Amino acid sequence: MSDEPIRLTLPVTGEADAEAIRALRSGQRVLLSGTLYTARDAAHRRMVEALARGEELPFPSEGAAIYYAGPSPARPGRVIGSAGPTTSSRMDAFAPALMAQGVRVMIGKGSRSAEVKEALRRYGAVYLVATGGAAALLARRIKSARVVAYPDLGAEAVHELVVEDFPAVVANDSAGGDLYTEGIRAYRREADV
Amino acid sequence: MREVTAAAVMAAAARLCVEANLRLGEDVLAALEEARKREESPTGREILAQLVENARIAWEDQVPVCQDTGYAVFFVELGQEVQLVGGTLEEAINAGVRRGYTEGYLRKSIVGDPLERMNTGDNTPAVIHVRSVPGDRLRLRFMAKGAGSENMSRLAMLKPSAGWAGVKEFVRQAVREAGSNPCPPLVLGVAVGGDFEQCALAAKEALLRKVGEPQPEPRVAGLERELLEAVNDLGLGPGGLGGRVTALAVHLALLPTHIAALPVGVAFACHAYRHGEAIL
Ligand code: SF4
Repeated sequence: MSDEPIRLTLPVTGEADAEAIRALRSGQRVLLSGTLYTARDAAHRRMVEALARGEELPFPSEGAAIYYAGPSPARPGRVIGSAGPTTSSRMDAFAPALMAQGVRVMIGKGSRSAEVKEALRRYGAVYLVATGGAAALLARRIKSARVVAYPDLGAEAVHELVVEDFPAVVANDSAGGDLYTEGIRAYRREADV
Repeated sequence: MREVTAAAVMAAAARLCVEANLRLGEDVLAALEEARKREESPTGREILAQLVENARIAWEDQVPVCQDTGYAVFFVELGQEVQLVGGTLEEAINAGVRRGYTEGYLRKSIVGDPLERMNTGDNTPAVIHVRSVPGDRLRLRFMAKGAGSENMSRLAMLKPSAGWAGVKEFVRQAVREAGSNPCPPLVLGVAVGGDFEQCALAAKEALLRKVGEPQPEPRVAGLERELLEAVNDLGLGPGGLGGRVTALAVHLALLPTHIAALPVGVAFACHAYRHGEAIL
């Protein structure tokens, strides 16, 4: 990670952007600027139910980036409260369906299922991790926030966030790279597994 | 008897909720700084640097250190010569949680029914454990317990023949399986002995010792070091992305148990280990 981080603009629009996403490799640091949509457990359930009814996602899905997060409430006059990532594996069951709708970037924390990794390959998508618990630091990189769907879900509502230089690391790339297994293998000292 | 008012308990509980969530304790910060020197993985060092910076920003911006401001968990030591006036202990603590989580702009993460899952809207009810102790003081110890780490808790009723080696392997396996979910570097509370629920409770309570505070019992201190080393050998590192520092500390509690039992409980605290205490 001594290399300079790679700058990405979201959403992913056009072939050059799509190629930049496909070219990312596990372990690379990135800085994200542009638009992200927050969604976690309850919002994912509703989105997948909406798709099953033949409806559309509540945001432009082509090339979209989803951030698995449920921010804390904003103080008056502030953009947002704290906004770190939540555990991504709870969204594993829903992620392939969203990639099929055009979602190309997911940001969260923790490793993903085999089905999600396979979908990353199929759609040329990427899974990034932000530092779990670095929620105040990440919140400073969020320049605006507004609820775009499911306001009744409170912290779990879908928020549209505009971010600037939001730091993340590539965990799973579209070529099968997986930082969780590679990183741990490099530092493990046990003989038994 | 010494009188303590429910209003005073409420105010103290509210203050603990807000302060612990906005300001990472000196003990945890010092441990993170120390880990930064020890960590060999560049990604790991970068994450540790972010965490130290995050704590500074949280206090400066008056936002929570982590957005998951958790279950509000209280361990209460109630002096036998304390007379609580103006309300019950439980009501007073819950009123404090309600106020702290609302006025402190903390996230409300509690659902009233585990199956219907409607948010209670004010982070109550708190999880409250009360113990009666000698004296005329009331001690409130608080932790904000996020689900990422809480969901990784484990308890096993081992066979006594499994012994220390079995305990060690169980702890290692729990941390290995938890992976990045509980946001390492961790603080681990491990209890060995007791019965089922006493073991779980003691593991949780063991977390409350200040990180870096020496274990006074040399034999237990040695066992803690062994567990810490075993856990750090897993190589999970900061964020679970690989590295030397998987845990900052292991706090061990040994309890009397049954001739046919060897319970082991593992409580996980993430690096955003928010805790504090007040004495009334
Ligand atoms: S495990 Fe801790 S640091 Fe990580 S998201 Fe949960 S509360 Fe925050």
